[in-house]
Amino acid sequence: MAKKAESTLLNMVLVLTIIAVVTAAALAFLNNVTKGPIADAKKAKTEAAIKEVLPEFASLKSAKVMLDGDKDSTNCNLAFNASDELVGVAVESSTEKGFSGHLGVMVGFDAEGNITGYNVLETQETPGLGSKAGEWFQKDGKGCVVGMNPATNNMTVKKDGGDVDAITAATISSRAFCDAINRAYEAFTKVKGGTDNE
Amino acid sequence: MSNMLSKIGTIAKNGLIKENPTFVLVLGMCPTLGVTTSAINGMGMGLATTFVLMMSNLVISCLKSVIPDKVRIPAFIVIIATFVTMLAMVMEAYVPSLFEALGLFIPLIVVNCIVLARAESFASKNNPLLSLFDGLFMGLGFTIALTLLGLVRELLGSGAAFGHKFIEGDAMLLFVLAPGGFIGLGLLSAIVNYFRNK
Repeated sequence: MAKKAESTLLNMVLVLTIIAVVTAAALAFLNNVTKGPIADAKKAKTEAAIKEVLPEFASLKSAKVMLDGDKDSTNCNLAFNASDELVGVAVESSTEKGFSGHLGVMVGFDAEGNITGYNVLETQETPGLGSKAGEWFQKDGKGCVVGMNPATNNMTVKKDGGDVDAITAATISSRAFCDAINRAYEAFTKVKGGTDNE
Repeated sequence: MSNMLSKIGTIAKNGLIKENPTFVLVLGMCPTLGVTTSAINGMGMGLATTFVLMMSNLVISCLKSVIPDKVRIPAFIVIIATFVTMLAMVMEAYVPSLFEALGLFIPLIVVNCIVLARAESFASKNNPLLSLFDGLFMGLGFTIALTLLGLVRELLGSGAAFGHKFIEGDAMLLFVLAPGGFIGLGLLSAIVNYFRNK
């Protein structure tokens, strides 16, 4: 076996420096290679979610809206038909009121503000209980919200006097979901107001 | 040559059964309990760790005579972290769904005790070929353990195997949640060790 390198200051500094430089170079190279595919995968995922929650559209335009009291802006995707009329808005909404904190929901509205669909993007809710939000509020789910309009419907759970059937044994997750919907609607009205003024 | 083969045979037996990282050495419990909510997740995590183990064992074994003793741990960590970062970037680019399911646990492979333990106790004392095999079989032992635990939890918790559901609705949800991980791991370890000691 080869002789072990002595632990002198020079040796230690030299070896660690060389290792750091070589690994950094390798990572920089790989980062360059994978940057494109990573961005593509993310974009494809967002687009698939938008397609799922909105009626058919011809083109998309994205906009950022600042909600009152928020630190980060909310992403909105405005969908237009072939003759450039607004057919719907997909809002990437989120709330921190979930049972385990963050809950991200993509909510689709048509031009009048009726909910056309939704898609849970990120969730840490309890499996089997709160995590049911992905199906529960869909069109054929038990607590369907599709077709409701936050302007006329009270988007809170029935326990709180609203119109939404909460998930069995997951009231907190349901409340969080309603909060995400309401925040999405807030963003929708803001972004719609913006396009009307244009 | 036959000497080499018998050595590899011993390494295989050690990694898979005699010193199985999960059931016998009880190392790397954090990812073990965290990701094994389904068999597929367990297998993905196991294979990701196997890749890191093999590459880091190989490189560390090649460099063992040039790394001074006193800085060996930082040097090992930098090498391991590099491979983990590479893996994370490649996974995010080409298998985004698995990357999302494993989430935080991918970067945490860096601090998985199995990886550093094998670097310290095997790769820094043996030649590159044997180290590569040690990484492979330790990794496979880990993969088998995680897949088994994932399968048990998926079967009991959601009535499915590798994503194919065969009962309607929910099963014993406890097994998908954290306590089920501990119970499943305890039972599996008991069974494996019963047969190992026979």
